[in-house]
Amino acid sequence: MMSRNSPDKRLSVAKTYKLYIGGKFPRTESGRTFEARSHSGDLLANLCRASRKDLREAVVVARKAFPGWAKRSGYNRGQILYRIAEMMEGRIDQLANEISSQGVPPKKALKEVETSIERFVYYAGWADKYAQIHSSVNPVSTAHLNFSVPEPMGIVGIIPPNEPSLLGLATLLAPALAGGNVAISLVSETRPLAPATFAEILHSSDVPAGVVNILTGFRKELLPDFSTHMDVNAILAADLSTKERKLTEENSALNLKRVIHLPSKAISATDNPGLSPILSLQETKTTWHPIGT
Amino acid sequence: MSLSATLANSPPIDSVGVAERVARFCTRSIKKSSKMEALKLALSMIDLTTLEGKDTEDKVRRLCYKARHLHVDLPDLPTVAAVCVYPTMVKVAREELNDCGVKVAAVATSFPSGQDDLSLRIRQTKGAVRHGAQEIDMVISRGRFLAGDYQYVTDEIVAVKEACGEAHLKVILETGELYTLENVRKASDIAIHAGADFIKTSTGKVQPAATMEVTLVMLEAIRDHFQETGKIVGMKPAGGISNSKIAIRYLVMLRETLGNRWLTPKLFRFGASSLANDLLMQIVKQSSGVYQSSNYFSID
Repeated sequence: MMSRNSPDKRLSVAKTYKLYIGGKFPRTESGRTFEARSHSGDLLANLCRASRKDLREAVVVARKAFPGWAKRSGYNRGQILYRIAEMMEGRIDQLANEISSQGVPPKKALKEVETSIERFVYYAGWADKYAQIHSSVNPVSTAHLNFSVPEPMGIVGIIPPNEPSLLGLATLLAPALAGGNVAISLVSETRPLAPATFAEILHSSDVPAGVVNILTGFRKELLPDFSTHMDVNAILAADLSTKERKLTEENSALNLKRVIHLPSKAISATDNPGLSPILSLQETKTTWHPIGT
Repeated sequence: MSLSATLANSPPIDSVGVAERVARFCTRSIKKSSKMEALKLALSMIDLTTLEGKDTEDKVRRLCYKARHLHVDLPDLPTVAAVCVYPTMVKVAREELNDCGVKVAAVATSFPSGQDDLSLRIRQTKGAVRHGAQEIDMVISRGRFLAGDYQYVTDEIVAVKEACGEAHLKVILETGELYTLENVRKASDIAIHAGADFIKTSTGKVQPAATMEVTLVMLEAIRDHFQETGKIVGMKPAGGISNSKIAIRYLVMLRETLGNRWLTPKLFRFGASSLANDLLMQIVKQSSGVYQSSNYFSID
């Protein structure tokens, strides 16, 4: 970051921000970029402008990663979510700098990072508890033990709000992961730096390759592909415009994607959003198990 | 031409040159209607294959059903070229496919190792043909080949070709066990010389299976032979060609090495099992504009 420019005129080494797909950091296959600028208009970085083919690749690797992630114990998923929080803790300054470089007051930026960490800690706690709370043994009149358990849906397309960029991503991603889903996120268009750096944190937090994939690019371009893709099972979004929401809902009818839209209030609240974001990305499986009378 | 003359004609192979040539094939941009044509062509060239110890008659029936009904909703789809099974399954496959145009191919001659008496391997070939196999995929004795006993390899191909009668003979070189591209070229020359209708890269049981490098060397052997004698030999890469992108690259290579004449299931086949579904997914993607999910395609 620019703050590293010291008085002895050392030329700082700028980071190339890239995509995060399948545990690797590729550039977009399209070779396109877009600019991230500071509040005062200075160029901070060129970012990859992901294409629909990058999304396609991400879906392929996410699909491969899903069974393994869903099969892990809730306890283990919780450990990994907590690990993400640990790794974020060590990079608070970097994340806060990146957020404030794009026009958020430093104190507010710091608060945003801290709340983001809090989200992961919070959902790490839920990872091995939501299932028993939401499971049930159902009374039936035949000689069966009838029980229902929640199971993850699969690939979730995550469209966080443009602002707050990191907190928006954390608030939507943590419950999806805690519940055993895998995710592909198209992160904030206006403040993409911190979410792009967040991919490096995921990479060093025992999150298996393909479980989370981070794309930077334009929502207008990619939202139609997220919502029409037959292999994406749900869309979790916040702060979509009426038009974007209509498009997403209509396209999602193709394969009956579940579309969950959160108001921006739910994102920025300091209070944690509770259990419902986890449960909103679960399917209920009911089993009839024969027993003696 | 005698065998020794054939072998003397086998050129040395520049493996770096082959790799570079192959890299060029991977840069062609095939889009829109050309892509659609390529996908359908690839589909029509598939030998839908099941070669496992756990194969049952029902599994073969299912595969045959799939060979005939690739997708319910898509109009103008070709069928695959053939179904490739073990000799014991030939009868069932013939019953299922009867005269729908999809051929039955059998792997014979003690597939996949070929380690058996030649007389037994010939008997197996004859049995498969008697049960109705229209194509025979034989394996060569790689051990003999590597030991330098080229005459033996030639003789066994000639003998199996004779046992095939009317059936088409595909000769599997098992390039994964031949070590060098030079050997691949030599084995191709021997197989063509001995009367193969097709030469085929691999059994699918040995890694690496088909690669573009190996296939290019074999295609060039076919081309050189055609230019010298006018005899047309087919090519079948098998194993590891699992998606449309790779399949289209093979077609590009075929077109640019042997020309349009070879762009037909009569002269080029893909030995594959999962390729068909990927091609279907891409065809649906091309016609609907929407990326597909394997959930909506058959499991095998």
